[in-house]
Order: sequence, then C-alpha cells, then structure tokens
Amino acid sequence: MGFFTRFLIPNPSPVIYTSMVAIGITILLIVFGLTHFKKWFYLWSGWLTTVDHKRIGIMYLIAALLMLFRGGVDAVMMRAQLAIPDNKLLDSQHYNEIFSTHGVVMILFMAMPYIMALMNFVVPLQIGARDVAFPRLNAISFWLFFMGAMLFNISFVIGGSPDAGWSSYFPLAGNEFSPHVGTNYYMIAIQIAGIGTLMTGINFMTTILKMRAPGMKLMRMPMFTWASLVTSVIIIFAFPVLTVALIMGTMDRLFATKFFAMTDGGMDMLWANLFWVWGHPEVYILILPAFGLFSEIIPTFSRRNLYGYRSMVASMVFISIYSFFVWTHHFFTMGQAAYVNSIFSITTMVIAIPTGIKIFNWLFTMWRGRIRFTVPMLYSIGFIPLFTIGGVTGVMLAMSAADYQYHNTMFLVAHFHNVIIPGVVFAVLGAATYYWPKMFGFMLNERLGKWAFWFLTIGFCLAFFPMYITGLDGQARRIYTYSESTGFGPWNMVTFIGTVLMAISFFLIVYTVYYSIRHAPKDVGDDPWDARSLEWATHNPVPEYNFAIIPQVSSREAFWDAKYKGHELFKGDYEKIHMPNNSGGPFIMSCIFFVFGFALVFSIWFLAIMGLIGIFVCMALRSFEIDHGRYISVEEIKETEAKYGGVNK
Amino acid sequence: MKIDHSQPLEYSTEQNRLNILGFWIFLGAEIMLFATLFASYFTLVDRTGDGPAGARIFEITPVLAETFLLLTSSFVIGLGIHAMRLGHKKAMLTFFVITLLLGLGFLGFEITEFITYYHEGATLQTSAFTSVLFTTLGTHGAHVTLGLFWGTFIVLQVKKRGLTPETANKSFIFSLYWHFLDIVWIFIFTFIYMKGMT
Repeated sequence: MGFFTRFLIPNPSPVIYTSMVAIGITILLIVFGLTHFKKWFYLWSGWLTTVDHKRIGIMYLIAALLMLFRGGVDAVMMRAQLAIPDNKLLDSQHYNEIFSTHGVVMILFMAMPYIMALMNFVVPLQIGARDVAFPRLNAISFWLFFMGAMLFNISFVIGGSPDAGWSSYFPLAGNEFSPHVGTNYYMIAIQIAGIGTLMTGINFMTTILKMRAPGMKLMRMPMFTWASLVTSVIIIFAFPVLTVALIMGTMDRLFATKFFAMTDGGMDMLWANLFWVWGHPEVYILILPAFGLFSEIIPTFSRRNLYGYRSMVASMVFISIYSFFVWTHHFFTMGQAAYVNSIFSITTMVIAIPTGIKIFNWLFTMWRGRIRFTVPMLYSIGFIPLFTIGGVTGVMLAMSAADYQYHNTMFLVAHFHNVIIPGVVFAVLGAATYYWPKMFGFMLNERLGKWAFWFLTIGFCLAFFPMYITGLDGQARRIYTYSESTGFGPWNMVTFIGTVLMAISFFLIVYTVYYSIRHAPKDVGDDPWDARSLEWATHNPVPEYNFAIIPQVSSREAFWDAKYKGHELFKGDYEKIHMPNNSGGPFIMSCIFFVFGFALVFSIWFLAIMGLIGIFVCMALRSFEIDHGRYISVEEIKETEAKYGGVNK
Repeated sequence: MKIDHSQPLEYSTEQNRLNILGFWIFLGAEIMLFATLFASYFTLVDRTGDGPAGARIFEITPVLAETFLLLTSSFVIGLGIHAMRLGHKKAMLTFFVITLLLGLGFLGFEITEFITYYHEGATLQTSAFTSVLFTTLGTHGAHVTLGLFWGTFIVLQVKKRGLTPETANKSFIFSLYWHFLDIVWIFIFTFIYMKGMT
C-alpha cells in the first residue's frame, strides 16, 4: 500500500475529484467513439504515424486549443477566487497550484504549440518546399511536446501539481518547501517538451536555409518565414540553457545535489539567472512569429505590400540578439549591484526601439491601403494599440529604480498579459482564421468570428486594465486573498467580469468552428483572401506533396506578382515526387518518454531505467532502419491535380 | 534519389547535405549546453562548503591519460574519414574501431577517477562545487558513452552495407560529433583541471 500512497494528491478538493471523474469519462468516451466508428486504424495511419508537416501542424493546433481550455479554466478559477475580498472558494495551496500551472500551460503548452502549429503548416508552403528538412524528427518534436504536456497535465489528479510559480524559484521549489511531487512534474515535463522544441528549432532553421524554392533569396522570403528563421535561432541558443537548468533542478530534487540549495555552497540565484537567460528569449520566441503573422495579415487586407521590409528584418534580428542581454530585468530587486541593474535597464529600454519601428511599419502598411475588416484584420488592428500600451508599461518596468515599486505586483501581471494576449494570442487567433481555409478547405464564419473578437478585446481590457491600478496601489501577485480594507475589491470584480467575457469568447470561437463545419461552403477556391505569398499558390486543401511543380520565385510577393504582374510561377512538367514514409517510431518513443518521465517524477527507479533503455532501443532501431521514402508517380500527380482543376499557372 | 558524383559521398545527395547542416546546427545547441554548464561551474567553483576544493582532489596522471586518449582518438577518426573519402572501407573501419577503443579507454580512466573522488569524500551531494563538477564531467562522459554505442552501430552498418551515400553520411556526422567532444574536453582540461590545480 505504501507504494501507492505516493500517487495521492496532497490537497484533494471536490473540484479535483470532479475533474478526475470528468477525465475518466472523457477517456472512456474517446475510446468508445473510436471503437464504435472503427476509427482506430484511421487514427494510427493518418495521424499518429504521420510525418506530413501539415498534419503535424494541425495536431499542434488541436493540442494548443485543448491547452487553451485548460489554462483558461485555471484563469477563471483564479479570478473567481479574487473577485471578492476574503473569498473562500480556493485555499492557498490550491491557488498556488493553479497560478503555477496556468503560467506553464499558457506559455509552454498553449502559446508555443500554437506558434509551432502555424510554423509547421505555413513555412514549408511559404518557401515552396514539399516538407521540412527532417520530417521524422518533426514528428518526434510534436510527440515529445505532446507527451510533455500530458505528463504535466495529469499532475493535478496524480500526485499534485507544481505550486512554486511558473518560474519555480529555488529554494521555494526545493524539497524543503515543496515536498510533494508537483515540482518534479514541472522539471521533467518541461524537459521532455523542451527537447522537442529544440529539435523543431534545428529542423526549421535547416529547412529555411536550404529548402527555399529557386529564386527565393533570403531577402525575398515572406516575413513569417523570416520570423520563423530568427525564432529558430533563438530556440537553438536559448533552450539548451533551460535543459541544463532543469537537469540541475531535477537533480537537486531527486538526488540531493546542492546546486540551488541553501547549504553546502549552493546558490539559489543561479536558478533565477539560468531560468531567465532562457525565459526572456522565450518571450521573443513567442512574439516574433506573432509579429511575422501580423506582417502577413496586414498587407493582405490592406492590399498593399509590407512597408519597410528591410527594417522589419533588421529589427527582428536586432531583437533576437538583444533578447539575450536583458534577463536580469526579471529580478531587479534581488540583490545585484546598482550598475548591473542600470545596464540591464538600458538594454531593456533599447528593445523598445526596434519594436517601435515594427509598429510604425504596420501603420504605414495600412496607410492609404484599401482595408478590409475581416476577422484576421480585426485582430491585427486591435493588436496595435493594445500591444503598444503593453510595451509602454514594459518600459516603465524597465526602469530598475521604479521597478522596486512595481515588482511582483499586479502591475507586472497586467503588463505581461498586455503584451502576450494582444501580441501572441491575437496573432494566433487571427492567423488561425486566416489560414483556416488552407488547412481545412472552408472558411470560418466571419460574423461569429467578429463577435468572438469583440468579446475577447473588451473582456481583455476589463480584465487587465484594473490590474494596473491595483498593482500600483500595492496588490501583490500570487496572493490568494486580500482584505476588504485594501479597496481592491471592486477592481477585482471588474477583472472577473472581463475574465468571464474572455471565457465566452473562447466558447464563441469553438462554436464558430462547429458552425462553420456544418454550414460553411466547401468551395472557397485556392485564394479566398486575395493573398500575396506562395502558400496560396497551391490548392485548397493542400495536396500531400504541396506543389505539383516547385515554384520559381522572382520577387518578394511571388504569388501577388504572379496574379497581377504576369510572373510565371510554375514552369516545366510534372516529375515524380519523393516523399518520406510514415513511421510509428516517433509516437512509440515519445510514449516511452512519458513512462520514463512519470517514473522519474515518482522516483520509481526500476521503471525509469526500463524507460531509458526503451528510448535508447528506439534510437538504435532507427539507426539500423533502411528507409528511402517513396515516390509519387507522375500519373498519380496528374490524377490529383485534375481533381483540383489543374495546377495554378 | 539524385546522387551528385562531383561531391564526396557524404555530401552527394540533397538529404545528406541537409543532414550535415542540421547536425552543425545541433552542435551549436550543444555548445550552448556546455557553455551553460561551464558558466555554472565558474559560478560555483569556489562554493565548496565543507567539501574538498578542486586542488585537493584533482590528479594530473589520469587526466593527462584521458586527454591523450581522447585527442588521439579525434586524430584517428580524422584518418578514418580520410580513408572513407579515398574509398578504403577496410582502413576506415580499422580507424573507426581504434577510435572507439580509445574512447573506451578514456571512459575507463574517467570512471576510475570518479571512484577515487568518491573515496576522497567528494560525491555528487557534497557541495555545490562537486555537484557541478560531476554534472559537467558527467555530461561530457555521457556524450562519449552515447558516442561509443552510436559509433559501434555505424561500424556495423558500414561493414554490412558498404560505403553508400547513407553510411558515408552517418560516418561523417559521427566524426563531427566526436571532434566536438574532443573540443569540449580541451575546455574541460584547461578550465576545470589546469585552472583548478593551480
């Protein structure tokens, strides 16, 4: 019996028991549904073993939406607890767990995969390639991310969730102050997902550098591809730091090493530094692709080319380098010398310059454009003023002396939500709408989409602007309740109302998808938005080989110029196309990773060693495997293309 | 699969060229990994608590032996790749096997070194210094161990399948990996052992 007690959760509550039942029922329903409709084989051969970048992108998208739900539920619970003073809805431990998982889930398991979804789906199409450089590795990336996310998510029903904040500072995250297994989950689940992300970075950097269509020089790449390239570079340089930090944290917790200990020479600040040396670039890993997406959407719906292409590229490269020199601003109050703080204050403020350049470029792109107020464009237009407010409060926070007032208050919470929601969330929601016809062959309902946008935007303003005020008044973050005499009550109630509006917008988005599946017309053509770059030059939905003939690029806006300036994109005849084979390897290996991670969390050493051996066996089998891929014959291509009405010439 | 005969075998197909670039980028990530370990090492090197400092436990003889073995192995794998370029399968395999044996010798010395430290009272848990020392050395050692398995698989594949674009590509990438470990060791030798002994 002693063996099983470790799986109990430390602070059970009716909410958690209900969730357990709900999870159980959902799993049973899925299994029953798959069996009843005889979809197991389809699931396996079409999705679990796929190496197609488009399908992997769609799986990322589904995972991201699921995690948006999970992280959103956390948010609603937190704000419900804070809505009135001295509330007893959640106890402090439960509240600690919820804000910790909310942060991790939203950043690493919602925003990251959402960005990855769009990178996976769009980048190979935008550069005129047939897949990424390493399709099998791409599948491994996805499944490692997915298993990491699942491992993290089961924590709240098995063993208990992490409760030391999403930044998991030591010594709070050490065994002494976080005795249950929650923080083990944090260390190991993020490690597994992080390995996947690192591989994605390597994969996309290679893809973008080597697999562009003939004629597409670096300075002719669409802006989202540029953003993905720069992001990949940041991933490659930032994620290994996280890997090391998590290894050290894991060893401190499982093997009693002394890296971040309070005794025997350990240094808790080492964790904070390593965490933010990764953590700050991570912010740009999220926002740069978002900038790239806005740079695709805004020109399309303004019917103008992107203003200041070169300065857009230059500012992204500049941001990517600078993102590694600002990390200390996350802990100005934690004891550096004043001159260190001053340096990091200045570097932080400097980042506002390239970001400002980008904002003006988008404005100039719209200037005198013929703007169409579609859903993606609404998100882009909403983004500009809201993100600017977030940026300006960021500069306020960057002043290290003033930061002693803002640090760890709701002001900070308002700031980073103010950049992440209008920045990243608006971008991915807008871009998902924009690319939806490319992914699924039909459009999302515009009217419902606009309702969702307005609920989200108004909800966002109501939820976060009051936090600036209470934050300046001294309401600390991560405190589960407050007394009435503080006067924070009414503002927090406004925030709660805003949160509810945002939750409604989530359900509106889900309903939009449902409604559009049922009612949207299925023949929207290949280019429903009158867009400008190569991904729209192929069919809808995209055939598995992407382009029957590899396009020839001779300008920046290749597809636009092909439509309106008579450039010829597709020259020559069909040739047989080489495609990679599907493989169950990535999925199976990632499942073993899950078991390995789970065993480590609970220190079940026998199982952990078995898991590790299993992972190495998978790698060895892969080494010996002979897989030359397969060919799609010219006849097959002709058949497919005829079905779509011939190649776009 | 189009094979470009003007290029060396390991570069001869599109996928091979992608693999090599991808692996270089991976090595970039590895540099960051070890750079982070070194940065942590420099931060914690004087934080020895009640445990021994580096100067008390480091011994020059095994470290020199390890250095000699690993540097030689890096040279030998270079000879192996040279033989591969010339198409001498047998010579290449011989050099690869010697490389792996030297690597195994390195690992043997490193393990005995760790055992010695353990008996001198420097364990993973003794102090922040010993934690980061063992983690940095151990990460390098784990890379060498993985390399031994990987290299063995490649030797078996070349033996069985001959020098094809795939096996040549794998061998070449493995040699990049092995050279990289050698370079990391030079940093370990200089900044951990040499600096620690003075």
